[in-house]
Order: sequence, then C-alpha cells, then structure tokens
Amino acid sequence: MSAPVLECHDLTRHHPGGVQALRGVSLRVWPGDFVAVVGPSGSGKSTLLQLIGALDRPTAGEVVLAGRDLARLSDRALSRLRAETIGFVFQQFHLSPLMTACDNVAEGLLYSGVRHGERRRRAAAALARLGLEDRLHHRPQALSGGERQRVAIARALMGEPAVILADEPTGNLDSVNGQLVVEILRELTADGTAVVVVTHDHELAARMGRRIELRDGLVVHEAGSGRQ
Amino acid sequence: MSLLRPTDVLRLASRGLRGHPLRFLLSAAGIAIGVAAMVAVTGITQTSRVDLEEQLAKLGTNLLTVVPSDDMNGEPTRLPATAVTMVGNISPVTDISGVGELDSVGAYRSPYVPSGQTSSVVVTAVDPSLINTLRARTAQGHWFTAANEDYPTVVLGSAAATRLGVDAPGTRLWLGRQWAVVIGILAPVDLASEIDPMVMLPTPAAHTYFDYDGTTTGLYLRSIESQVHAVSDVIPQTASPQQPGQVAVSRPSDALAAKVTADNALNRLLVALAAIGLLVGGIGVSNTMIIASIERRSEIGMRRALGATRLDIATQFLAESMLMATSGGVLGVIAGYTVTAYYARAQGVSPALPLWVGLTAILITAGVGSIAGLYPAARASRQAPVAALAAL
Ligand SMILES: Nc1ncnc2c1ncn2[C@@H]1O[C@H](COP(=O)(O)OP(=O)(O)OP(=O)(O)O)[C@@H](O)[C@H]1O
Ligand SMILES: [Mg+2]
Repeated sequence: MSAPVLECHDLTRHHPGGVQALRGVSLRVWPGDFVAVVGPSGSGKSTLLQLIGALDRPTAGEVVLAGRDLARLSDRALSRLRAETIGFVFQQFHLSPLMTACDNVAEGLLYSGVRHGERRRRAAAALARLGLEDRLHHRPQALSGGERQRVAIARALMGEPAVILADEPTGNLDSVNGQLVVEILRELTADGTAVVVVTHDHELAARMGRRIELRDGLVVHEAGSGRQ
Repeated sequence: MSLLRPTDVLRLASRGLRGHPLRFLLSAAGIAIGVAAMVAVTGITQTSRVDLEEQLAKLGTNLLTVVPSDDMNGEPTRLPATAVTMVGNISPVTDISGVGELDSVGAYRSPYVPSGQTSSVVVTAVDPSLINTLRARTAQGHWFTAANEDYPTVVLGSAAATRLGVDAPGTRLWLGRQWAVVIGILAPVDLASEIDPMVMLPTPAAHTYFDYDGTTTGLYLRSIESQVHAVSDVIPQTASPQQPGQVAVSRPSDALAAKVTADNALNRLLVALAAIGLLVGGIGVSNTMIIASIERRSEIGMRRALGATRLDIATQFLAESMLMATSGGVLGVIAGYTVTAYYARAQGVSPALPLWVGLTAILITAGVGSIAGLYPAARASRQAPVAALAAL
C-alpha cells in the first residue's frame, strides 16, 4: 500500500467579511486516483483546489503534498513545488495569443531551469502525445476550444507532475470535447499521476473513479474509492 | 536563486512588449526624444567647440595686437618708428611686424579716377614678415620676397581685392604718383580682420617711393605662450616711452576663447532641459508598466501556477521596463548622432561626438528603465497566485 500523494486535514479558509469558503475538509488522494469534486456554485470547490495546489494558504488545517507540509514551506519553496509536483489546467486555458502552441507548452518548464531548445523538444513530444503534432506552430486563436484545452493539458504535463489539478476544464467545451478531455485525463492516471477535477457536470463526474461532493464548504458525500 | 536564464528573461521581456506594440513604441518614443535632445545638444556643442579649438590651435593664442589710440583732441596718433625694434627686443617676443597706414595715398584702378574715391581701401606699408606673424596665407599669387620688396608691388587684403574689383594678380593699381603691380591676394585673416581692406606695400618700397617715415599704426607680435601676459604689460612703456597711455594692447584670440566658455554654459543648460525630458519619458515607462502589472493579473497568476517565484515575476517586469527604455535610448542615440552629422555638414566642419556619449546615454536609459520598473515589478510580484484561477 503506497502513501497518499496528497493529504489534507480539516482545511478551513475564511475570507474577510465572515465568508467561510471552506469549513473543515479532509481528503486523501493516492497516485493514480481520478477524483471529481462536484457541488453547487459557491460551495468551495475552487477554494479547495487552490489550497491543495499551494496557490493559497488555509486559515487552518494542513496540506501535505508529496510528503511536504505546505505550511512549513516558504513562498519560494512553494513555487518550486508547483513547478515540479503540480500541473494546473483551467477553464480559461490561459494560453498566450502571442506564442505558438509549442511555445505555450514549453512555458511549462520555463521555471524549472530547462534550456529553451530542450523545452521546445519536450513540448513537441507532449503535444504529439495528445494528438496535436500537426498544430505545433498554430497560435491559440487558430485552434478550437477542445484543441486549446489539450494544449493547456500538454503544458501541465511538462514537469511530469505527481498531481494534476483541473478547475472546470470542460467548462468552455461542448460535450464531445468535454468527454475527450476527461478521457485524456483518465489516461494520465494509468501511469500513476493523480488527477483532481472540479466540475459542474455530473455526467462527466460519473465517469471518474471517485466523486467528492461539497456544499457550503463541507464534504457532504463521497462515492467510489481511491486506488490505495 | 532564480532558474530563469538571461536569454529566457530577454525572450519574456520582448514578448511582453510585443503584446502592446503601440504602447511600447509610444513609451519608448518618450525616452527617445529626451535622449535625442541630450545627445544632439552634446554633439552640436562638442562639434562647434572642437571646431573653435581647432581654429584657436591653428591661429595660436599668443598673438598680440598693439595700436595707438587717439589723442586728447580725438586725433589719431602713430607709434614712433623705434617701436618695432624696441618691442621686438622684449625677450619672449618671437615675431613682430609693424604696419603703417599711408594717409595721403589712395589706390585706384586708373589715374583718371578722381582722387578721393578710394573704394574704402587703406594703403599701408607693412613689414614683409607680417604674413608669418599673422599665419595668414595668400588666396592667389604670392607674398613679398627679398627680390621684390624694394619695388612698387602690392598684396591686397581679401576685402580690398573685392572693393577694387581685382580678381587676379598682375593687375596694375595707380597709387597717386606711382603704378604698382598686384602680386598676390590674401585669404581673410581670422584674428586680424583689419588687414582685409588693406592695400599692402612692403616697407622698403614705401620708403623709396612714398617717403614713408617708419611710424606705425599697428604692431603684430607673437610671444612665448606662457609669457603673453607679462609681455603685454610692458608693451605700452616700451613702444611709446613718452606716451604709454596712448597704446592699446589686445589679444584677438580672447574673443574666440570666450566663445568656447560661453558655449559650455549654454551646453549645460540645454543638457539639463533634455534630462528633464528623459525624466518625463521615464515616468511614461513607469506608467505603462504599472498598467501592464494591473492588466496582466491572470498572466502573472498563471506563471506563479507554473512555478514562477516572486523574483521571477519581478525580473520579468523589470526586464520589460529596461528593454522599453533602452530601445528608446538606442533610437534617441541614433537620432542624436544623425542630427549632429547634419549640423556638422551644414557648418562645413567634421562632426565631433565621441562614442562614449552614445554608450553613456544608452546606459543611462537602462538605469532610467530599471528605476521606472522598480515599483511596477514589485507590484506585479506581490500579486497573489490565486488570480490565475479567478474567473474572467
Ligand atoms: N477572495 C475572496 N473573498 C471573499 N470571498 C471569497 C473569495 N474567494 C471566494 N470567496 C467565496 O468563497 C466561496 C467559495 O468560493 P469558490 O470559488 O471556492 O466556489 P466554487 O465552488 O468554485 O464556485 P463555482 O462553481 O461558482 O466556481 C464563495 O461564496 C465565494 O464567494
Ligand atoms: Mg469555482
């Protein structure tokens, strides 16, 4: 039985003005887990993802990612952890219109000390892996929504992260492309990458191994199980 | 330590600027105008100063002019015939030449021109050494030689030649009682323009043909550079022991030298004005970068999510600011050198703008860019990473 790659205990996150975005969430994710986080708008899904992705610090509770207690890490060490251990995918893709698909993907290793030529070589390989080998030199504007999200996933894969965190990755896609993205993410779990996906779409969530339902900052329902 | 390589930083900065090309160009232009003004002012003053200094070096600063002033009745006076020898005996004096106007003599193209119509030329007896003392040169023909200084030959100053309508040597002039052949015409004399309207007759011939008595209306002398002041102090006594008060000594190069210093003061003022322009340009760059740091919140958040440290973000924004300012600086330096080159060509002199002026200007703009980018970079780096996740 392997150790969980991600563990959080009793996470709470309060915002000024008395907003309690999270009110005590505990969670364990093992390598190869495919986890859906569902729940109504405002239930704290994005907040949870930000906390376990080291983009934000909790008001209370702890996050242990790849064996490191995030509360003990400096801002610089957290940056390093994001570069090496986590891959992010967002609903808005966040691709630069000034760069080709290949260069956008190459940015995934910009902060890891890998040389430009090597970054591009690996970016081309990552794009090929997602079936975009003939879109290397297109700019995001020239790509469809589904293709853009695949470019963004390719970028998230560049650092060979242990955990991929995706916030509504299918939110801007039609159902065909949404399903394609989910299948791509599922394939990633085959080699031990843990994938956590926030989604509104219960149909898509049903295709994932585990479902965690949030409401008002609390876990109200869990279904399926991790690999362990 | 940041893992960003210098080439990565440069790539990031240039891409950031390409995102808003017009904004980039306008901000860079603000810097360019200040720098161009600074470089052009330096170039133009430097060019004219070098030109003045070259003139000074060529003409020498050790020339002294001695003239008798008018007496109490306002009548012109003359220096005694002994003055040339006496002043020439002052030991630091290396060259001396006397000139004496021949009051009663006029110069005419023919004997039939009514006397009195002298075309405002001055017939003057001059020591044949005058051309060396003044470092003057002939535009046409020759100066006097030992072979012809006893004969009625004349050399014309440049203005005299024009006024008499003489454009080539060989012409004969009627000097009232005697013909004289024009053997040369002088180029304008820079430090002694009073020579230009003269019809010059060598002193020996003036004695023979016009009863010249040797009294002078002007002395030109060169002295050892370091002794110029000492020499000029003793000249009045020496030249005219009876009437030292009626001797005026001047140093014609002083006027040129004063021009060099005056240009210096103006130069400083203009450079200060240009520096204010550069400051305004820097504020423009800073403003543009602050706007960028606000607009690009989600880019910053995304970069933080990819693993960028605060230092990486600050470095990127600082590099953009420096690149923006430095591009403006390079444009401004090119413009400044171009203006200087045109100025020099228009003045007919060679442009003088050392390379270090341009390099310094570019370094200054890099400095301006880094100062202008400091606050925007700090601001961008303080941006919370969660901004990347915020829905647009
Ligand atoms: N910076 C903030 N300041 C104040 N309140 C905040 C802040 N960020 C989030 N919240 C609040 O915290 C709660 C949870 O927000 P969160 O974004 O996690 O919800 P969500 O489940 O992702 O919703 P959605 O499905 O609409 O994306 C919401 O009520 C939100 O208004
Ligand atoms: Mg959300």
